[in-house]
Amino acid sequence: MIDLLAATTSSVTSIPLGITKEGNWFLQNAWLIPLIPALSFVGILFFGKRLPRGGSELGIAALLIVFLLSICTGFAWMDHRDNFHGEEISQTLISSEHGEHGEHGEHGEHGEHGEPSLAVVNTATWFITGGVEFSVGTLVDGPAVMMLFVVTLVSLLVHIYSTDYVAGDRRFTHFFAFLSLFSSSMLLLVISENTLQLLVSWELVGLCSFALIGHWWEEKDNSNAALKAFLTNRVGDMGLLIGVTILFFASGEMIPDSFGSFSIVTTNALASSGLLSHSTLLIAACCLMAAVMSKSGQFFLHTWLPDAMAGPTPVSALIHAATMVVAGVFMIARLYGVFFEGFSIGGSSINLMALIGGFTTLVGACLAFVQRDIKKVLAYSTISQLGYMVMALGVGAWTAAMFHLFTHAFFKACLFLGSGSVAHSVHSFDMKSDMGGLRKVMPQTFRTFIIGSIALAGLPPFAGFWSKDEILAGTGGWGILGGTNGNGSYTFMLIMGMITAALTAAYMTRCVYLTFFGEFRGHGHPHESGPRITIPLWILAVLAIFAGFLNLPKGFQLVPKSLQERFGHYVEPVAGYFPEIAHATPSWSLAIVSTIVVIAGISLAWNYYFVKVEKASKESGKSLTELPDGLTTRLTLARMGHTLLVNKYYLDHLYTGIITRAVKEPIAELAYRSNQEILDRTVDTFGRTAVKIGQLNYEKIDQNLVDGFVNASGRISSDSGEELRKIQSGKVQSYAAILFAAATILAGLLIVIV
Amino acid sequence: MDNLLDSWGLTVATFSPLVGALVMFLIPKEKEYEHKIIALITSLWVAFVGLMLLIWFDLDATEKLQYVVDKSWIDAIHSRYVVGLDGISLPLLLLTVLIVPLCIVYSWNHFPDPKNPKTFLILILVLETGMIGTFVAQDMVLFFVFFEVVLLPMFFMIAVWGGPNRKYASLKFFLYTLFGSALMLVSFLSLFFLTGAESFVFSEIADNVVANAVSRTAQLWIFGGMFLGFGIKVPMFPFHTWLPDAHTEAPTVGSVILAAVLLKLGTYGFVRIAIPLLPDAAVEWAPWIGLLAVIGIIYGAFCCLAQTDMKRLIAFSSVAHMGFVMLGISTLTDFGINAAIMGMVAHGLITGMLFFLAGSMKERYHTLEIKRLGGLLVQAPKMGWVLGFCAMASLGLPGLAGFWGEFPAILSAYNPANGLPVEIFRTFMVIAALGTVLAAGYLLWLLQRSAFGTPKEEFAEDPNIHDATKTEWVAWAPLLALILAIGIYPNLVFRATDAAVDASLTPCLTIDVDELTHEEIESVHCSEVYGLGNHDSDHHTASKG
Amino acid sequence: MLLNQFLILSAVLFSIGVYGVLTRRNGVMVLMSIELILNSVNINLVAFAAFREAIPGEVFALFVIAVAAAEVGVGLAMVLLLYRNRRNIDLAGIDSMKG
Repeated sequence: MIDLLAATTSSVTSIPLGITKEGNWFLQNAWLIPLIPALSFVGILFFGKRLPRGGSELGIAALLIVFLLSICTGFAWMDHRDNFHGEEISQTLISSEHGEHGEHGEHGEHGEHGEPSLAVVNTATWFITGGVEFSVGTLVDGPAVMMLFVVTLVSLLVHIYSTDYVAGDRRFTHFFAFLSLFSSSMLLLVISENTLQLLVSWELVGLCSFALIGHWWEEKDNSNAALKAFLTNRVGDMGLLIGVTILFFASGEMIPDSFGSFSIVTTNALASSGLLSHSTLLIAACCLMAAVMSKSGQFFLHTWLPDAMAGPTPVSALIHAATMVVAGVFMIARLYGVFFEGFSIGGSSINLMALIGGFTTLVGACLAFVQRDIKKVLAYSTISQLGYMVMALGVGAWTAAMFHLFTHAFFKACLFLGSGSVAHSVHSFDMKSDMGGLRKVMPQTFRTFIIGSIALAGLPPFAGFWSKDEILAGTGGWGILGGTNGNGSYTFMLIMGMITAALTAAYMTRCVYLTFFGEFRGHGHPHESGPRITIPLWILAVLAIFAGFLNLPKGFQLVPKSLQERFGHYVEPVAGYFPEIAHATPSWSLAIVSTIVVIAGISLAWNYYFVKVEKASKESGKSLTELPDGLTTRLTLARMGHTLLVNKYYLDHLYTGIITRAVKEPIAELAYRSNQEILDRTVDTFGRTAVKIGQLNYEKIDQNLVDGFVNASGRISSDSGEELRKIQSGKVQSYAAILFAAATILAGLLIVIV
Repeated sequence: MDNLLDSWGLTVATFSPLVGALVMFLIPKEKEYEHKIIALITSLWVAFVGLMLLIWFDLDATEKLQYVVDKSWIDAIHSRYVVGLDGISLPLLLLTVLIVPLCIVYSWNHFPDPKNPKTFLILILVLETGMIGTFVAQDMVLFFVFFEVVLLPMFFMIAVWGGPNRKYASLKFFLYTLFGSALMLVSFLSLFFLTGAESFVFSEIADNVVANAVSRTAQLWIFGGMFLGFGIKVPMFPFHTWLPDAHTEAPTVGSVILAAVLLKLGTYGFVRIAIPLLPDAAVEWAPWIGLLAVIGIIYGAFCCLAQTDMKRLIAFSSVAHMGFVMLGISTLTDFGINAAIMGMVAHGLITGMLFFLAGSMKERYHTLEIKRLGGLLVQAPKMGWVLGFCAMASLGLPGLAGFWGEFPAILSAYNPANGLPVEIFRTFMVIAALGTVLAAGYLLWLLQRSAFGTPKEEFAEDPNIHDATKTEWVAWAPLLALILAIGIYPNLVFRATDAAVDASLTPCLTIDVDELTHEEIESVHCSEVYGLGNHDSDHHTASKG
Repeated sequence: MLLNQFLILSAVLFSIGVYGVLTRRNGVMVLMSIELILNSVNINLVAFAAFREAIPGEVFALFVIAVAAAEVGVGLAMVLLLYRNRRNIDLAGIDSMKG
């Protein structure tokens, strides 16, 4: 392969793409997977109302089939990954001086993963325009298979859950129709073969998100939230449109007989092998980043995501936690060659993507502290965790990011569905005024919520721990006891990640306390939800516990080598279309430190809520809502902490009085304020200004100026006619007078001139 | 069958409506039912002929004119009766023959005041003749005649069956477009005399433009005249002001035909006449066309945001959408022009559908003032869904037709034809992309205000507000199905247009960038390339067959 | 030759005729004035014909006389109709062609 790239003298060069057309039946026919939910969408839409269960059975059946198909595809892929030795397809290139950059593409060594993994590509012509063939097809490889599994599983569970949760809703059937459409579009997105197809499904999932957020559109707030989500995403999509366009023409320059290519593998292969100019890639990556920021709720385009909680809770779990919002992360992972080269991720210590991700993760975590609404806590937490993933991709920890996406889908879906279960029984999402003490009445929900929270907080051996730790190691910023050898030394990102870990642990503790401990502050008699709600919860909870074992770190001494890094082995592509990235070595010291950080976060929050607040509320006999959250309470609480050792007191003071308070009150408050007042306001102002400009423009320029011209020309001709009309008196003699006068004048002129 | 179609197909399609109109002319006004039936049968017959034309159309040679008829017509002015159909006209012809029967079905039971179905239907049929004729004419004079035939029925439709301000609107429409046509005619004539061509047939003129080396300045001026004529019809910013008035006042069916077909006459003129005949001038004009196109996109969107009347809002959205079409045309790449034709078809279907909806809503609410509407989804859920569907299609959601007009246009602006300023067009691309955001803004806002929420008090108990009726469904279903079908499989349109567009662009504009090195591209001046590629003019002679 | 005298005569006749056409309010008088104008033209034609010894001038004069006769016939008929309809032939009152 290197020979071919180096052969600049020959007229045609080619580049290995790392794909093949052969493979197992399941890998070849992955197109069935999005098709089946699409059919079920049509079926539910037209016949749903006539079916005994309002179309839900159709949706569940479709999802069950595609779930099984995805599992089969997964196993087929594992077999393919290890045992396939077929022909690899190469892309012919226009030879040019660029060929000398071929030293990048050292495809001979494939890191620790050994053998290349050949993705299975299957395409068909979609349409031809301008002589260019646009194809539609499937690209089945590690990340695609992983996403297929996640999407179908979570979607299936959400379907089952929803049969209870939205039972009796007046738009029950439409709800399931859109769930099907969403599943279909999301599945299409993950197996997209080209960026055009990606763009199409990207917008389709946005549409479903819009429709489902606005499910209860009778209330203005809900439809506002839906509009906000769609429009914010549309702003990001501008970036996607432009980025995709740039990549289309950039890769077209290298391909003979074609002026563009949307193919993901070709674009990636060209980018990873250094054949595309760096500046082009940088611009394209920045544009695509805008799309990621809106879709995956990255700072500062994240404001739609908390609002999107206006939709039904199963939707929040499926779309706004587990699947759609990770589309941005997935897109980065898909076009990683572009981002890796564009942002120069390897060997650097900071870049735009890592910075955005890191910042988002902090901002999101801080905001989660001040929420009363349990779903908003989870929404900000999602933002924070998405920031984690983007940061991971930004530092080059590709596998870690994908793994975190994988585990996060389970525990966050579990938490969301748990919050839905709670809300289903107390009819409110307000933790402070309507919840508390629910652990006794809702034991199943409580247990699964706790499992999800621990997994999110990242305590070993729950799933979140493994993926989070891998990201922290992947930053390569850990210098103690031997570094971790990442793609660069992103120490700054490591610190941000650590802080977030502590914050996450703390706010989840707060959330758990407010929901499940203390006295019940709501009205009515809450009860445990039915099996259709609790069974999905338990399935997700089990996954939240065990999913982490799928990617035990390399060199983890407690298990045999064959069980290490299974996830990375099967998911991470080792192929021409994937850049050469370094893999961090796991570090015991880092794992221990991060665990300590998490425990510290939990214990601080525990200390405050479970001990102090609990005690204060018991002593004063007030329920939590009336507890002043201000300075005095906390000072008294702090005074009670005097009994502790002086040393500990100072620490306590430092944490509770200064750090926690600073974070809780001014910083988070400020962040939240600025979020609401500045960012949110800006979005609103944009809209309002646009309307105002439109109005002004319409009233002043369009109606007066532009239209005025048109009217004026008409008026002039009519006015002049009005004047001339007076001459026409109808009297023969006056006409004759004019005639003779004119004749006289003409005669006079004739004499004068001649 | 084949032969009959070859020699008579287009002529029959063009003049059948006129025959139908004549028959109706002889039947007394009171026999309304007979009138409706005759009009429907005529339009269905034309649609059937259109379908036959599609079936026998050789899709592997869309760049060739097919079903060509070449007969002498007015020898005194060297004008011939030449009609033909190629891949560019085919989609638009089909769009026309589809829309007209749907309009007749839609107005079956609700003719706008002052009723009089006889005249109304006769006008629609005359319109159809004009529209079909324009799309198949291959002779400048013939084209001009059909182009003008369209004006009068539309004028009467607005002036008689229109809204309260109909006199103003109809006059404005008529005069404005007539003004453009006058300049267009002057351009045609000067082109004819300057080239010294033997006839007004397009291919003949095109050959003579090359052979007789019409001076660059003259070409620029002539293109300018055509630009005005077609640009007003499109309508391009800043010549668009007739459009909102005409649309607001026109009866529903009038608006639908206006949006679906009439606006396309302008863009079709660019694609069929202005650019292939005067490629050098097109290159000079293209950046300006592009500029006006993107201004139109943004400007139209802002105007939409300010509207309080639903129909007017949709009218302004036409300005924005036709901006995308013109942007595609201004790139002068086959890619962009394909996108433009797709955009025309998509806009015809989607905006036509939106006007149908607006008409039906007006019938129920007796107002289209947005702030009085609301809760359509509650009172007429199916109509609400259709409105949502159309709004999504109109804002360019992938998977529906609108997207394939917008996205490729944006795409093509990144890489315009050689000789065009790349940086400027890339700026246009970014602005146009911004336009998609604004489009989503105004359409969703409209959707929110009219369909979401609960019905306003004044209409809450109104028994007049019911869901879509059967005739409405019959009229709408084909449009909705096509919007979806083209959205999923855009090749339905691209299949026909691709080769034809490729051939209609002159060699100058279709040289393969990949075959030239960078220096060559820079050094090659467009007209030189044109001169070199001169011998390759097969497509000009094709019409003689 | 005596051409000048003829021309002067015809000019005078013409002016009188024009004056009559413009000022008379009586339809019959206007018709008579028109006759004067026409006859002044005839004098011109005949004078020039004699002066240049060319026949067409005289032929033209004959034509003019014939046309004038016809014109007077039609004109008088119109005046008569006017009188029947309006009971007077005052031209000032006839302005139904007014725009």
